[in-house]
Amino acid sequence: MSRVAVRKTHKLYIGGAFPRSESGRSYPALDASGEVVARVAWASRKDLRDAVRAARSAQPGWAGRTAFNRGQILYRIAEMIEDRAATFAEQVARTGASAADAAAEVERAVDSAVWYAGWADKFAQVHGNLNPVAGPFFNISAPEPTGVIGVVAPAQPSLLGLIHRMLPVIVSGNTAVVVASEPWPIPAVSLSEVLATSDLPGGVVNLLTGPVAELTPFLAGHMDVDGIDLTGAGTELATTAASSAAENVKRVVAGRDPLDRSPYFIADFVETKTVWHPKGL
Amino acid sequence: MAQPPAVRDKDWDYLPSAQTAEMVSIDDRYGLYIDGKFRAPRSRRYQETINPATEEPIARVAEAGARDVDLAVSAARTAFAGEWGRMGGGERAKYLFRIARMLQERSREFAVLETIDGGKPIKEARDIDLPLAAAHFFYYAGWADKLEYAFAGVKPEPLGVAGQVIPWNFPMLMLAWKVAPALAAGNTVVLKPAETTPLTALLFASLTAEAGLPPGVLNIVTGAGRTGAAVVEHPGVDKVAFTGSTAVGKGIQRALAGTGKKLTLELGGKGAHVIFDDAPIDQAVEGVINGIFFNQGHVCCAGSRLFVQENIHDHFLDKLRNRLGTLRVGDPLDKNTDIGAINSAEQLQRIEGLVSAGLEEGAELYQPDCALPARGFYFRPTLFTGVAQSHRIAQEEIFGPVLSVMSFRTPAEAVEKANNTPYGLSAGVWTTKGSRILWMADRLRAGVVWANTYNKFDPASPFGGYRESGFGREGGRHGLAAYLKGPWS
Repeated sequence: MSRVAVRKTHKLYIGGAFPRSESGRSYPALDASGEVVARVAWASRKDLRDAVRAARSAQPGWAGRTAFNRGQILYRIAEMIEDRAATFAEQVARTGASAADAAAEVERAVDSAVWYAGWADKFAQVHGNLNPVAGPFFNISAPEPTGVIGVVAPAQPSLLGLIHRMLPVIVSGNTAVVVASEPWPIPAVSLSEVLATSDLPGGVVNLLTGPVAELTPFLAGHMDVDGIDLTGAGTELATTAASSAAENVKRVVAGRDPLDRSPYFIADFVETKTVWHPKGL
Repeated sequence: MAQPPAVRDKDWDYLPSAQTAEMVSIDDRYGLYIDGKFRAPRSRRYQETINPATEEPIARVAEAGARDVDLAVSAARTAFAGEWGRMGGGERAKYLFRIARMLQERSREFAVLETIDGGKPIKEARDIDLPLAAAHFFYYAGWADKLEYAFAGVKPEPLGVAGQVIPWNFPMLMLAWKVAPALAAGNTVVLKPAETTPLTALLFASLTAEAGLPPGVLNIVTGAGRTGAAVVEHPGVDKVAFTGSTAVGKGIQRALAGTGKKLTLELGGKGAHVIFDDAPIDQAVEGVINGIFFNQGHVCCAGSRLFVQENIHDHFLDKLRNRLGTLRVGDPLDKNTDIGAINSAEQLQRIEGLVSAGLEEGAELYQPDCALPARGFYFRPTLFTGVAQSHRIAQEEIFGPVLSVMSFRTPAEAVEKANNTPYGLSAGVWTTKGSRILWMADRLRAGVVWANTYNKFDPASPFGGYRESGFGREGGRHGLAAYLKGPWS
């Protein structure tokens, strides 16, 4: 008689813990052929608020880490994805990718994590500079993280798209509330387990699974969220969300190519601070 | 109310020292500057601009309607598709250098006109606004043929037509902040000056014509909020840059949602000025005075909230009240004037409203006993003590010569209080301890932190807000990003 497999309950990832949705709801995640892979948590507005609160309290500590340390932790994320590459590849393949494409996507996700890890202690040097002002002043401009950023991850590629939208947000010291791909949430749930074991402090990334159309307006309208990436929202949803994001002058990004990576994506969610001081005896 | 110490003999006074206005000639009526020519508005509407120092009408200025904005945008589009768009950066640079030089040459004329139309003291228009405006053109002129070196890995391309809306507090300087980087990057411009201060922008339009700037590269459409809305919402505009109130900025952000237009916003502020007990006190007093009374407090980055460490609070306030008594309020064209006219009756009313709210909420008001001119819009330099964090005068931007004073005990408390508004444009710190300056600078959530100085500006230095003070930077290399295509746009 064959052994009965132990199935995993797919939960949310909030403040470093793995709660079910407070709403008690879940929805079936399907594979490309329409078969149910697992039921995943259907995050509610309350879950989203909890996630924002966790992200807010984690933010000063994360931003206060040295850039070197943030780079180390992002590199650790790369290591942990690589370690579970076969699992991720299998999960990505169930979204309809060929086995080879799925393996390639996982490799690219690892490589991009390494790439962004390296930016942690270089980005400020590329983005900031000393300003030669016309007077006896030391004058310097440097980027600082914006704060708490909402990320609506692209539906696909489910893993790489998530990595490509999430890492440029956190590498500078922001914390994130991420709404995972709605049709293909399983790799995101696995990624949350990677994050939980990568020395990433709890609350730096909070991952919600659930209906994008329901969660995005809450995220866009939340007054304690400082910026939002709407790449995973459709045009109509992104427009209404961008409009309500104006209520607290959120920094808004939409329509990024999920395959693309750039140091300028880090710049999407940083604030340039200029400091003046007189020179004298 | 605390009594001010006697500061000077009341009989002693300054003699008038009027700046002559004879080099300025003002027309009775101004059209719109579109496609290199002044034209009567299709709207057929004009509005009056007055001198806020005297309430006398100065001129009638066209109010651009939707059709006029249409013409301006299409002139800008044609110029972008034509000569200007094809021109090499080196040639664009020379036009901008030429404009910078011509502004320097006619600096006093512009300064006097700025003072007449807007009410700011001539010494500020003359020594700050105009030199900085010219410097801004000079700085960005040099970028026009070096754009490929500005952002690593980015091939620089202009966005197209920039629609720009600027405020009344620094009319020429804000024009320079907007126009210089836009043109340096190769865009064309439709600019709407503020309703109450259109004249220097129109003089600048004629200066660019004299400079030979090709028609359509810069278009000036005067008018009020409706005209501004027509500019930013025009489908032919690729990029919007706005400086003004947070409320209007939010409206623009909302209106532009989903349009794909690029947007930068420089909005309101409620700057915190933090004074530690080891600060050089007399210098700090001067910094605080400059921070709140520069340009009548009509400054988005004004240091309008003062936090004094508790153990020096009373001593510092004595000195501050004393200094308030020496400020000269009055005729903006007088070269000795420190505080000129409030820009408009409407703004005066807003200031008076918030000052009443401060009194109603229980704060204690201090104003020096100084005479104000019989006509014109004026407000005495004002400070409030006994202010609570929750008071409106501690939370809302007053945009006038009104300082709200609070105290703190520890650096952590100072940071918490300083960051306790939805804004994040500017902050000031006064202490002699270097490590504390850097510690504070790291924690103050503001786009500009002035340490042991305040209200310094430079074209090479990026300026802009955190949070509800807006996004995007003006000045420096960072200021170019708003006018170029890139992975960020």
